Amino acid sequence: MTDATAQPIPKKNDGNLFQKLELDTRLLGMIGALIILCIGFNFFTDGRFLTPRNIFNLTIQTVSVAIMACGMVFVIVNRHIDLSVGALLATTSAVMAMMQTQILPNVVGLGLGHPMIWILTVIVGLAVGTLIGAFQGWMIGYLTIPAFIVTLGGFLVWRNVAWYLTSGQTIGPLDNTFLMFGGTNGTLGANWSWAFAALACVGALWALWSARRAKAAHDFPVKPLWAELTLSGVVIAAIVGFIAVLNAYHIPTRRLERMFEDRGEVMPEGLTVGYGLPVSVLILIVVAVTMTIVAKRTRFGRYIFATGGNPDAAELSGINTRRLTVKIFALMGFLCALSAIVASARLSNHTNDIGTLDELRVIAAAVIGGTALAGGFGTIYGAIIGALIMQSLQSGMAMVGVDAPFQNIVVGTVLVLAVFIDIVYRKRVGAK
Amino acid sequence: MQTARELRASGATPLVEMKDISIAFGGIKAVDSVSVDLYPGEVVGLLGHNGAGKSTLIKVLSGAYQKDEGEIFIDGKKVEIENPRDARANNIETIYQTLALADNLDAASNLFLGREMVTPMGLVNDAAMEAECRKIMGRLNPNFQKFNEPVSALSGGQRQSVAIARAVYFNARILIMDEPTAALGPHETQMVADLIQQLKAQGIGIFLIDHDVHSVMELCDRASVMKNGKLVGTVDIADVTDDDLLSMIILGKNPNEAE
Repeated sequence: MTDATAQPIPKKNDGNLFQKLELDTRLLGMIGALIILCIGFNFFTDGRFLTPRNIFNLTIQTVSVAIMACGMVFVIVNRHIDLSVGALLATTSAVMAMMQTQILPNVVGLGLGHPMIWILTVIVGLAVGTLIGAFQGWMIGYLTIPAFIVTLGGFLVWRNVAWYLTSGQTIGPLDNTFLMFGGTNGTLGANWSWAFAALACVGALWALWSARRAKAAHDFPVKPLWAELTLSGVVIAAIVGFIAVLNAYHIPTRRLERMFEDRGEVMPEGLTVGYGLPVSVLILIVVAVTMTIVAKRTRFGRYIFATGGNPDAAELSGINTRRLTVKIFALMGFLCALSAIVASARLSNHTNDIGTLDELRVIAAAVIGGTALAGGFGTIYGAIIGALIMQSLQSGMAMVGVDAPFQNIVVGTVLVLAVFIDIVYRKRVGAK
Repeated sequence: MQTARELRASGATPLVEMKDISIAFGGIKAVDSVSVDLYPGEVVGLLGHNGAGKSTLIKVLSGAYQKDEGEIFIDGKKVEIENPRDARANNIETIYQTLALADNLDAASNLFLGREMVTPMGLVNDAAMEAECRKIMGRLNPNFQKFNEPVSALSGGQRQSVAIARAVYFNARILIMDEPTAALGPHETQMVADLIQQLKAQGIGIFLIDHDVHSVMELCDRASVMKNGKLVGTVDIADVTDDDLLSMIILGKNPNEAE
């Protein structure tokens, strides 16, 4: 049985333009929905929706939910659910708030504003989030308590642990360096943003090119070169366009003046400085890229999808599905803590109601992004676009002046509708 | 090369020996002190009605169930098989009746599930796995073409060939097949039969679980018949007729025992 003859590889059949570009039609659909939504709101707000300022605000408002939605994709693909993410965000936020305002400056004695404070705070916060997540995962995996119950309990427990830790008070102001994770308080500035854009373009091109090379190495069919070039062009245009918009949002003159005053300098006349890429958005991009690689190119990710597709098959294939569950929930806890950093820094305080209803937003973002609750299917980019759609709806309606109750009615309706469209789509393409 | 029968007669060590295996579910003995063995290059059929305990017995060997009592020897050495990973470590591969495939993944991902090929950076190497998958499928099922679709899009026979490819690719020494032809058409059944001959010639030992007396008569060297969790007896296929096997299954009567 040595002289193996490999299967002949069929010629690429001619398809329409989209098939030749090998683009995911679901992705196109979601981006299309987002664009229609944005243009619609822009029309009804007389052009106030698609301004650099509003796009900047939209992105920093989306980050916290989007980071958690990345983790939620893994949880749901693995046929679990996590109802405790908002509460876990609150607990980790409370822990970090106490660390940077009480424990490190007073108990440990570093004093307020010490440069080590933010680092230690972040490390402790991420560790606490990961541990709590792993503990919940252990109860789900090894004690076989359903995830719904464990995290429903966690929802109550962690929300109130946060309350207990802070006695229900708003804790602040937070450490000055810590605030750079929040958005407006920490951006790369125009030059560094362009440097990042260049780096991102190179990275994207390298990813496209190495995927093509890997296929070509085994004589698998590859896209026609013009399709590859078109795709590269679109990706580069998107990256450059996004950074250009963020750079076009200028720091308000009053604020800029104060920044110069703080440094003891006088602001030159007529100076404008763009905000550029917020640090929190940079974190989201790093999380999204990492999680996508984990999902598609690591054993861990492969096992999550295999277990979601057929848990028995995964177990029989020698995958330790219990340990896998612990890892997934630990990762979810880590991402909740990361979101807590971004969310509390954006508000520049820890508030008792931080993260309230986030579990619903996060699950909705993942589901709108095409994650199947039955498990086995879901993408990171889908969840992020889902989070963007949710946030655009919310702030767009607020700008148009829709009454608060109607805002939530619309969001709820859109969630159900999105899942229905997804079901119809799956039936059409014959996927499960 | 000696045939399995000669090996057995010469008193060689069996490839697998399961001794006095018992397993109970909630007080009911699904398998009651059953012993079976398997020699290299041999196909041993496990026969019996639904609920006779044959699948339960074999799941002890594949690591899906844990035995309550008894011992398992491989190459004469006692082994503990507590989960499917232990079974794999002992070169035991199983093709399940329910085709343990992850429906949402493609053929190559299923073929390598739990044993992915990785790049030097430790990332999953999909292109290399697909190339290997094409090679082995070219041998097992030359009609197979759907490499880039989830296996949920495949027919029963195509799914079966993915499951078999998985066992063959990783150089199993002991192969467990749980009704491998149950969901297949005549052409695909013949394909599986040819494959079993091929694997036998390589010295692989096969446990074949089946309802169908005819396919056991055709494919197996020996047959162990079970009824109500107990072993009725193990017979040489060459020494018995279809009717003998049927009466063992239905009446639980061993033709070798004097009445």
